[in-house]
Amino acid sequence: MIPQKQLLFWLIPIPLLLAFCLLSGAAGFGLPDAATPTGRALLELRLSRIVTGFFVGAALSCSGCALQAVLRNALAEPYVLGVSSGGSLGAAVVIVLGLASLTPLALPLGAFVGAAATLLLVCALARRAGGYMPNTLILTGVVVGSMLSSLLMLLLSFAQSRAVHSITWWMLGSLQATSWSLVTLIAFLIVLALATLIVESRTLNALLLGTETAHNLGVRTRIALPLILGAATLAAAAAVAVSGIIGFVGLLIPHVLRRLTGANHRTLLPCAALFGGTFLVLCDTLARTLFAPHEIPVGVVTSLFGGPFFLYLLTRARHHAPLQGEATTL
Amino acid sequence: MITLGHVSASYRDARVVNDVSFHVARGEMVALVGPNGAGKSSLLRVITGLLPAQGSVQVAGVEVSKLCPRARAKLLAVVPQEIACDIPYSAHDFVLLGRTASLPRFGGPSAADYAAVQDAMTLTETWPLRQRLLPEMSGGERQRLALAMALAARPEIILLDEPTSHLDLRHRAEMMRLLTRLNREQRTTVLMVVHDLTLASQFFPRLILLSLGQKIADGAPADVLTPALLETAYACPVSVFPLPEISALCILPRL
Repeated sequence: MIPQKQLLFWLIPIPLLLAFCLLSGAAGFGLPDAATPTGRALLELRLSRIVTGFFVGAALSCSGCALQAVLRNALAEPYVLGVSSGGSLGAAVVIVLGLASLTPLALPLGAFVGAAATLLLVCALARRAGGYMPNTLILTGVVVGSMLSSLLMLLLSFAQSRAVHSITWWMLGSLQATSWSLVTLIAFLIVLALATLIVESRTLNALLLGTETAHNLGVRTRIALPLILGAATLAAAAAVAVSGIIGFVGLLIPHVLRRLTGANHRTLLPCAALFGGTFLVLCDTLARTLFAPHEIPVGVVTSLFGGPFFLYLLTRARHHAPLQGEATTL
Repeated sequence: MITLGHVSASYRDARVVNDVSFHVARGEMVALVGPNGAGKSSLLRVITGLLPAQGSVQVAGVEVSKLCPRARAKLLAVVPQEIACDIPYSAHDFVLLGRTASLPRFGGPSAADYAAVQDAMTLTETWPLRQRLLPEMSGGERQRLALAMALAARPEIILLDEPTSHLDLRHRAEMMRLLTRLNREQRTTVLMVVHDLTLASQFFPRLILLSLGQKIADGAPADVLTPALLETAYACPVSVFPLPEISALCILPRL
């Protein structure tokens, strides 16, 4: 575990890495010539991807942290409550109905509505089945997610091949947003959700010990639980709306950072936002430059590069059992 | 300090507490005893407001359902039966969670919060463990930390749900001595679920015996721990032997 005072030094490379990503492109290393229209367009494209990637990475990482705490499940990640299936179905409906060509906002809006509606459905069903108990929520999320995935497959089986192609590419995930207005809107939603989670970080610390202990510690669990679930899923739904399904970030980053910073959410959540955002931007830079001019899905890079690093941390922790550090401040 | 009037509570259709009434005065030390499934832990949940109940549940003269959660947590701390052990909290961070109700939403803990944590950890002999992580600790160490977390809140009432189950003989005696000291010196009200009837008779001047969700006896150990009452509650024949040298009763099942 890194002592809290040293964490500040770990933040220094972040702007340098983001600058490195801005300079890296399919055509080589360097800043495009802003004096030419092509250069300006290239620069804008790279900037848009970096900003989108940073916000999406931050959203998925913080959402994963919060859901792992509330659901007290190491396998919980932003899509555990069926948000990915709902978002995919929403996007697929927009594509199949041909609404995507009407306005650039139609596809992200469809994905967002699908994801948000899924969350509401899962929460309503879990509440009827016995309240916001972790296992009930996870099981309801998995079942609703499977049902929506089946509906998506049904839709795909009737769709024309062009629509199937568009849906498949959307589901692979991409950080190329269609417009700055969309990026601004998504960034606003993500900042709102992450601010809520950070304000509730003490509640998350208490919830890690279970709902009953959190209640005994003075947490208003009946309000805090839906608020945190809503904020975590809003962040994930906003990310899905702009980028499609990008896996692994929301599972990997919380686990890696918990090992480095400890379980205190007052430190963990801001670190997850900064490191998760930077991680996704780096992965996206690799995705667009590694086999240039061919671009690979960013989800492939997050798994192939993040996975081994996580496994390394896991095995290192087993060999060096005491991951001790200074007592951190809650 | 705690007043229950005709309290009944259920989990869905299963009634776990049935028309229970008693009053625990400020500074009293009371043990809740009874067989498994008697409703002891459920009764603690009713008192903390976690399990909704019919009847009147008053803490410090106020209906518990009307107390705001932070005010309730400052007044009444709970030591659970078990705590999650897989979370990489340092012992210090874990005990600081006991101050959750006193901490501001924004900003860090104050010097008073740190002082309360240090006092609680010193009392429970866990201060030397403050930098160790929870998953590296034994069940007994974690149980002492759970008590430290409750004490860090500086509550007027402590509810304990069988907290001595993971403790060895020495730490069990020390926890009981500490609770007795807090009760005598700070007039902290203690209500504890106890399975060990000998321990209950040794340290608690008043016992409440529950069976199948109902109160069947309330009084001094010698009046409650009688073969007749225990056989009714536990549905098994028992022998009760006085242990005058430690002012306790030894209760053994008759085979």
